[in-house]
Order: sequence, then C-alpha cells, then structure tokens
Amino acid sequence: MQTALLIEQILNGLQFGVMLFLMAAGLTLIFGVMGVINLAHGSLYMLGAFACAAVAAATGSFWLGLVASLATAAAAGAIVELLVVRRLYDRDHLDQVLATFALILIFSEGTRWLFGSFPLYLDIPPVLSGAIDLPGGARYQLYRLAIIGVGIAVAIGLYLLISKTRLGMRIRAGQSDREMIAALGVDIQTLYTVVFALGAALAGLAGAMVGALQSVQVGMGEPVLILAFVVIVIGGIGSIKGALVGAALVGLVDTLGRFLLPKVFALFLGPSEGTTVGAALASMLIYVVMALILAFRPRGLFAAGT
Amino acid sequence: MKKVMVAGLFGLAVGVPGAALAEPVKVGMITTLSGGGAGLGLDVRDGFLLAIKQSDNKDIEVVVEDDAMKPELAVQIADKMIQSEQVDILTGIIWSNLAMAVVPNAVAQGKFYLSPNAGPSALAGAKCHENYFNVAWQNDNLHEAAGNYANTAGYKKSFILAPNYPAGTDALTGYKRFYKGELAGELYTKLGQTDYAAEIAQIRASGADSVYIFLPGGMGIAFMKQYAQSGVGIPVLGPGFSFDQDVLGAIGDAAIGVKNTSQWSNDLDNAANRTFVETFQAEYGRLPSLYASQGYDTANLILSAAATASVKDADAFRAALKAADFTSVRGDFKFGNNNHPIQDIYVREVVKEGDVLTNKIIGVSLEDHQDAYAKECKM
Repeated sequence: MQTALLIEQILNGLQFGVMLFLMAAGLTLIFGVMGVINLAHGSLYMLGAFACAAVAAATGSFWLGLVASLATAAAAGAIVELLVVRRLYDRDHLDQVLATFALILIFSEGTRWLFGSFPLYLDIPPVLSGAIDLPGGARYQLYRLAIIGVGIAVAIGLYLLISKTRLGMRIRAGQSDREMIAALGVDIQTLYTVVFALGAALAGLAGAMVGALQSVQVGMGEPVLILAFVVIVIGGIGSIKGALVGAALVGLVDTLGRFLLPKVFALFLGPSEGTTVGAALASMLIYVVMALILAFRPRGLFAAGT
Repeated sequence: MKKVMVAGLFGLAVGVPGAALAEPVKVGMITTLSGGGAGLGLDVRDGFLLAIKQSDNKDIEVVVEDDAMKPELAVQIADKMIQSEQVDILTGIIWSNLAMAVVPNAVAQGKFYLSPNAGPSALAGAKCHENYFNVAWQNDNLHEAAGNYANTAGYKKSFILAPNYPAGTDALTGYKRFYKGELAGELYTKLGQTDYAAEIAQIRASGADSVYIFLPGGMGIAFMKQYAQSGVGIPVLGPGFSFDQDVLGAIGDAAIGVKNTSQWSNDLDNAANRTFVETFQAEYGRLPSLYASQGYDTANLILSAAATASVKDADAFRAALKAADFTSVRGDFKFGNNNHPIQDIYVREVVKEGDVLTNKIIGVSLEDHQDAYAKECKM
C-alpha cells in the first residue's frame, strides 16, 4: 500500500509539474526573445479557463471548449502584444512590470464584469473520467495522466519547433541578437506577435485543463504565476529546457514535501504538532529549494546563452 | 424662489414631529466586491439592501465600499467612513482577519459594529465589546454542529482537513470539541491551494469512514471536484460555507448528497424566510445563499432597533439591538451575554431540484447553541 501511495504521489507531482511547465514555457519564451516580464501571463491562463467553461457550457463539449481556450488566449496575447507590450520593449523592466500589472487588474475586473463574481462550472470530459490500475497496485486518475501526456507532447513539440523549423531558428536568433536579425531583414514585429500569441496559447491550454480539475474563478491565475516565476528562475530565465526541468522539480518537491514532511515531523513532535510544523515547512519548501539552487547557480540551472 | 422656500419650510415643519423617533441612521458597509471572494460580499450586500428596500424606510442611508479582501484597505475605508462620512453603524466585513483589523478600533470610537459574517473567537471571549454585535455566528459554531452530527451518524474515524490559517485551526478545533470518535488523519493545507491530489491519495490510504473539510470558496470547489473524480467515495461532511448557493453551481453534481451544517437554509419553513427567498429570487434572479440571509437579518436588526431608539442615544440603541426584536429568517434568534447569537444549527443535504442544486434540511444538530467563548466575556 505504501509503495502504491508513493507512486501515486510521484505522478501527482509530475502532473503538477507539467501544468507549471505549460505556464513557465510561455513566460520564459517571451522573456527570452523579447526581454519582457509579462505579469499578465496568469490572466491569460484565467482567460483560457473561462473560455473553455463558457463554450463547454454552451455546447456541451469539453473539446470545443479546449479549442476555444487556445484561440481566445492566443488572440488575447496577440492583442496585448500589439496594443501594449510593443511599446515597452525599449523601456526598463520596472515600466513593463507596471504596465502588465495594470493588465492583470483590467483582465480580472473585465472577466468579473462579463461572467459575474460566482465561480463557473467545468468538468472533465466523460471519456477521460475514472481511474486506471498501474503496476505496483496504484490506481491513478485517467485525466491527470492525460495532462502529463499533453505536457510531454507540448515539450517535444516546442523542442522540434525551436530546433528544426525556420520560425524556431528566428526565435533562437532573436534570443541571441535582436538588432542583428532585424538588420538581416527578418520581420521582427511579426515574430514578436507570434511568440507572444504562442506563449499565451500555452497558458490558455493550461488554464482550460486545470479549470476542469479546480475552480474557474477570477484571480485563479496569480498563484500559478508566482510558481511559474519560481520555475523559470530555477531553470534559468529564457531556457525552455530549464523550464521543463524546473517545473518537474518544483512539482515533485512541492507534492512530496506536502506528503512526507508532516509524517517526518510527526515522528519527532507527535501527530498534532508535527502536522502543523510539517505543513508550514512544506509550504515554503520550494522557495528553500530555489534559494539553495541560486546560491550555487546564480543564473539558474540552464541559463540561456551559456 | 420664495415659493420654494415656503414649501421647504412647510415640509420641514411637517417632517419634525415624526423625526423624534425616526432619527436618520447612516450605515457604512465595508465588504468584498472584487477579486476571488467577491461572491460572498455581493450576497451580503444584496441581502442587506433588499431588507432596507422592503422596509421603505427613508431614514436609513447606506454607503457601500469594496475592501478587495485587503485588511489595510478595510482599515482605510473604516477611518474614512467614521471621520468624514460620520456613519453611526459599520457592517459588512466577510473575513475574520479584516474584522480583527477594523472592529476593535471602530467600537473603541463609540461606533456600533454589526457583523454579517465573520465571528473570530478573539472578539467573542475576553475581548468582547458592548458595541460589537455578531448577527451570523461565532466561527466555531457550524464546525461544532458538524462534529456533533458525525457522532449521530455513527462515524468513528474521521479524516479532517483545513487550510493552515487561524479560521482553519478554529474550524478543526470546533469539530473536535464535539466529535467523539478517533481521527484517521488531520491535515493542514496551504491557504489558497487548489490541487488536492496529494491529500486525496492520503485520505484513500487512511481507512477513514468519513471526511470533514473546511475549505471556503474556490478551495472547496477544487477539492470536491477532484474528490469526486478520484472515486474515493468516503462520505464528506462540511460546514455550509463549502456547499451553499454561491459555489454549488461550480461544484456540480459532485456535491449531491453531501451533509453540511448551517444556521439557515432555503427551505426553512417560516413566513419570514419564505418571503425572503421569494423576493430575493425575484429581485436578483438567483437563489440566496446563507451570506445573503445574514445580510438580510443584519439589516432587519438595524431597522428594528432604529424604530424604537435613536442611534444618537447609544445606551438606548444598544439595548434595542440587544433585544433583537426582529423576525429572523432563521426562526428563533437571540443574543447571548457576549452579543453573539444563540440559535439552532441544522444539518442539510445537497439535493438537485430540477436543474438547480440546493440544500434541504434533514435535521437539527444543535439546539439553542451558544459559543464556547461566551463565559470568558465579562458582559
């Protein structure tokens, strides 16, 4: 039974990590290529969840909702880039943070104005409901396995896109020398809009998939955004590989910490004290890990350009 | 011009005799109307304003402001309402941490504070105050009722779960105060956590016969959906907060059959409640939640006190509030020595009526229940 529980918790950690990866990949891509800190990334995640819930409620199909979430988040990302972020490339990070923070407020209150203050309903599709048996006696929920699958597919897709295609070549070139590729006649404006929309679509996808597990409500993006920042700081800002490793690390450390620390402390301090202390420590564990990693690798595990 | 003046004077002269009783009352409502917790504040406000509208009492003026769930903002609004808008009564705060930041200060300045939701233990015991009235419940109450119900239902091995913050620890303390069985596990999660896969796996492995959760707002929605999807199937108990009208729609059918405890329910059979539910639905196009009922009762309490005493005469007004001479939608209602309610707490079950999920009363858990801190209050 204990091994089954451990396997289940490791899968939980991976699933959480995959979700963080979808958020962190877009964030790190946007920072790596354009040098913009986009605080409104969490709002794009929220938009994806709301679009999926609204379309799924209207049509009865989760899959149409998923398509809608990708389209809505990508469109919102492109509009944000064209209207706001485009004006911020030459400004310093403080201006970018200020402007994208304002976007969070606008998106949040706009969504509340459209959909109301009460959380929306979104359930997992019937095909993916239920659990399956795994070796070792563990049972695991099919939908969460599907999330892990989607995350791995996105990771492979991004790898191929960036290393094998012309668009990817331009993205890499943009990361190393912006002025030079503009001078070589690449339409850098369009490239920026495309990258921004791509990052936004990934956030929207994460929002829709997670919305079916959690609650679809205003403000759901900000807690995830903080964790996504932790992930890209650990992984090295601008690196997709770093985002993948960082996300898996944060997901596993957080989940296993929540599971194991209270038990460990209960051995020394007794059940009641132990669970309280363990739970308190578990909630800061990922930040401790981040601090440790930064102490030895100040630029993260896979800093871009190294 | 002259005519207008004369008309105005005439109006004043006519107005004066009635004014001896109906002194204007200015109420300042600080509540959460934006961000993730906005649903609760919205219901309190709507319930409150509905009662004021129904009373047709033109002497009550209400100013509403949004605290965005931030203690420092609530304190600023309270200062502004007391100093520049000169309100007589403050009300509206949803969250205990905001109440702790605002209430002691406001009552120390001689204002009345009527709580339509939060009931932190610190304000019910030794630090109770004659100008602080709680019209909802003391924080522990619904959890105590749930613990008591777990005994009645024959549960012997509960797994209990709450976020790691003061109201969360109060909740589990309240449950354990009445629950007599053993615990299969006790977990404190991070406040605002939305993924409970790790906790649900532990519940599955614990061999519990029941699960008690206190997870307000989005946390409860997330937990219930994931719990139903995981197929664990151990019965869940909770306080009414996690299973009321504001969140049931978002949890969906996963909530059907869950037993929860509340001092109020849509189907409570008394005339005042029938009118309330009917008019609330007609006015706002949705079913009221327990928060709306608390806002409605708070307004009716103020109206009843304003009808017998002037708010400028603090002693008389305080006595009129304490008498609680109004018809509560939850039936019997009176204040204990610490100005917190003594009331029945019911057990409800989530049911589906047509397309709408709602609650139905299945019994009384605690009759005329008073909170555990009342004896520490020297009033």
